[in-house]
Amino acid sequence: MPADILYSVRNLTVEYKTRAGVVRAVDNVSLDIRRGEILGLVGESGCGKSTLGKALMRLHTGPASIAGGELWFDGRDLMKLSEREMPDVRGAEIGMVFQDPMTSLNPVQRILDHLTETIQTHEPEISDAAARARSEELVERLGIRRERLNEYPHQMSGGMRQRVMISLALALRAKLVIADEPTTSLDVIVEAKFLDLLKELQKEFGLTILLITHNIGVVAEVADRVAVMYAAKMAEVGDVNEVFADPKHPYTQGLLKSVPNIRLEEAELYKMEGAPPNLLHPPAGCRFNPRCPFVMEVCRTQEPAFAPVVGDHYASCLLYQEAGMKQERLHG
Amino acid sequence: MTPIALIAIMIGVPAVLLLAYVFIRGSAGLRHYILTRIALTLPMVFILATLVFFVMRILPGDPVRSALGPKGSPELIQQIREQLGLNDPMIVQYARFLGDMVTLDFGNSLIGGHRPIVDEMSERFPATLELVIPASILALLLGIWGGTFAASRRKRTADYLWRIYSVVIYSLPIFWLGLIMQLVFGIQFGWLPISGRIDPIIGTTIEHITNLYAVDALITGNWAALGSVLQHLILPTVTLGLILSGVFVRMTRINVIETLQADYIAAARARGIRERVLVYGHALKNAMIPVITLIGLQVAILLAGAVLTETVFSWPGMGRYLVERISSRDYTAVQSVITVFALLVALISLAVDVIYSLVDPRVRY
Repeated sequence: MPADILYSVRNLTVEYKTRAGVVRAVDNVSLDIRRGEILGLVGESGCGKSTLGKALMRLHTGPASIAGGELWFDGRDLMKLSEREMPDVRGAEIGMVFQDPMTSLNPVQRILDHLTETIQTHEPEISDAAARARSEELVERLGIRRERLNEYPHQMSGGMRQRVMISLALALRAKLVIADEPTTSLDVIVEAKFLDLLKELQKEFGLTILLITHNIGVVAEVADRVAVMYAAKMAEVGDVNEVFADPKHPYTQGLLKSVPNIRLEEAELYKMEGAPPNLLHPPAGCRFNPRCPFVMEVCRTQEPAFAPVVGDHYASCLLYQEAGMKQERLHG
Repeated sequence: MTPIALIAIMIGVPAVLLLAYVFIRGSAGLRHYILTRIALTLPMVFILATLVFFVMRILPGDPVRSALGPKGSPELIQQIREQLGLNDPMIVQYARFLGDMVTLDFGNSLIGGHRPIVDEMSERFPATLELVIPASILALLLGIWGGTFAASRRKRTADYLWRIYSVVIYSLPIFWLGLIMQLVFGIQFGWLPISGRIDPIIGTTIEHITNLYAVDALITGNWAALGSVLQHLILPTVTLGLILSGVFVRMTRINVIETLQADYIAAARARGIRERVLVYGHALKNAMIPVITLIGLQVAILLAGAVLTETVFSWPGMGRYLVERISSRDYTAVQSVITVFALLVALISLAVDVIYSLVDPRVRY
């Protein structure tokens, strides 16, 4: 594994067992997260992006389970750790910020206790006073007055709680922070402030952040690279400027076209045809073929490889692969 | 000092301290709430006592006839009724009764030696406490631990066993369980005594200080008595405690399961908090909030259960006293017991509400 890669996901498959059958919410996905970057992971609801985020910490319980793949984090495969060893990684090396700050803090626990408990779980030798001092320092860095540590979650606003969540993820200087839709429940002003904070923290602590969102604007604003998921598969990965300027995968192209732009004259917003497939019975060949404007015969039978198109810009689309080059387009 | 005064101090002082603590620490809203609750308790007790007063007099039969039996001549009955004031107009009797209640005197019994009710209760009330307190502790420990354990083993064998236990125990009649306990542990195996509070011979050696025999034996160092008291306590306490534990197992289990699915549990798990701490620390503390409410509601059921348990185990407490005096139509005794029970339920449910506000920081009354 190259040294500049912090987390390398190889051929990860996550399955949910449902009454109707097994659903692969993440299907043979590979992804590299580089040290010090903000990687934006975008996709529609139900495309598997949150499932992927949780799988990076092996957080699945109940009907979900990791069916295969490797999770190389900082030089070791987390899949090889036992269930008893995983909690040492969680929180200490990988932190997570959840979608809803209103429900992600324990309502009967003071903010301070959230922090000290986290610190002392991983570093039991630290005294209460030292843990408290560290917590105070940390939250003040995030713009929360230290007196507020004595409050309960319900006494804080949404934006402040989300900063508390960040402080919890940073309490042990985690190398990687997975932020799962961290701004979805915040209003736009608080959202903008929060994203600025994320960028500052990235620079200050050399933090690596995986930012999971359905909001492509958020990705454009803060991410260095972007990964696009569609129907449990990775569609496209690349530098954020490159992907936004020249999207390769037809799904990404559609996604970018559907973002409203007040500077454009067109009154009608572009709307992608169709809906994502039911993952119980995904279509054969390319997952996107029923909705793709450039669909070819081969797309209905052959699954595209996830391969580089130019340089580090990857896409899983037959348009750029040998099997597709030979084919005539059916439409367009 | 009489035993009943000691007991009143033992219950009253911690209750007042708790209230005072919350009163000082709590918000203005909470202070207002506590005052309102106390203010509401008084009319509640008044209405209940009035109800009992009239219901007792509507019931057929009267204390004098039932005390004298068929041999009492009508002249004698009339004479005694006159002495006891039972021939006075109802409204006069009611006024006298209210006067007694306000002064916490409770009047004299209408049968037997016409002893003051206060004296009779000071023997029996501690007996009930001695039964009810360990039974509640057993019910809570068993219920809360069992429910949490079942929740943490959801859909596994231990969970199913606890669920079966809770349904079975919840639906058993308490007197039936008591009889089975007596048959098995008292008679079949002969391990434990099946009636009374203490061996009658050892009982003569006990000093009556609080009339909580275990406490009296302990502070006077009377170890033989203590052993006998504890032996006598086991069967009735376990019977009452087991019956009450069923509903706590169910409530705790379902609430822990619910909180285990909360986002903040997932978030805590993602911070590396161990599963044991998640279940017994984070989830249980949140799940306790509705369970505490249930504790308040169960106090009345606990006292009703005590009546049955005391009857089965010939336990000389308030419950058995109540049953006896209802059948002999001892109006003053019945009124007094019911009033004391009502005060007790009101006091404990107020204490539970106050504790609730301490556990859940979001509560603002």
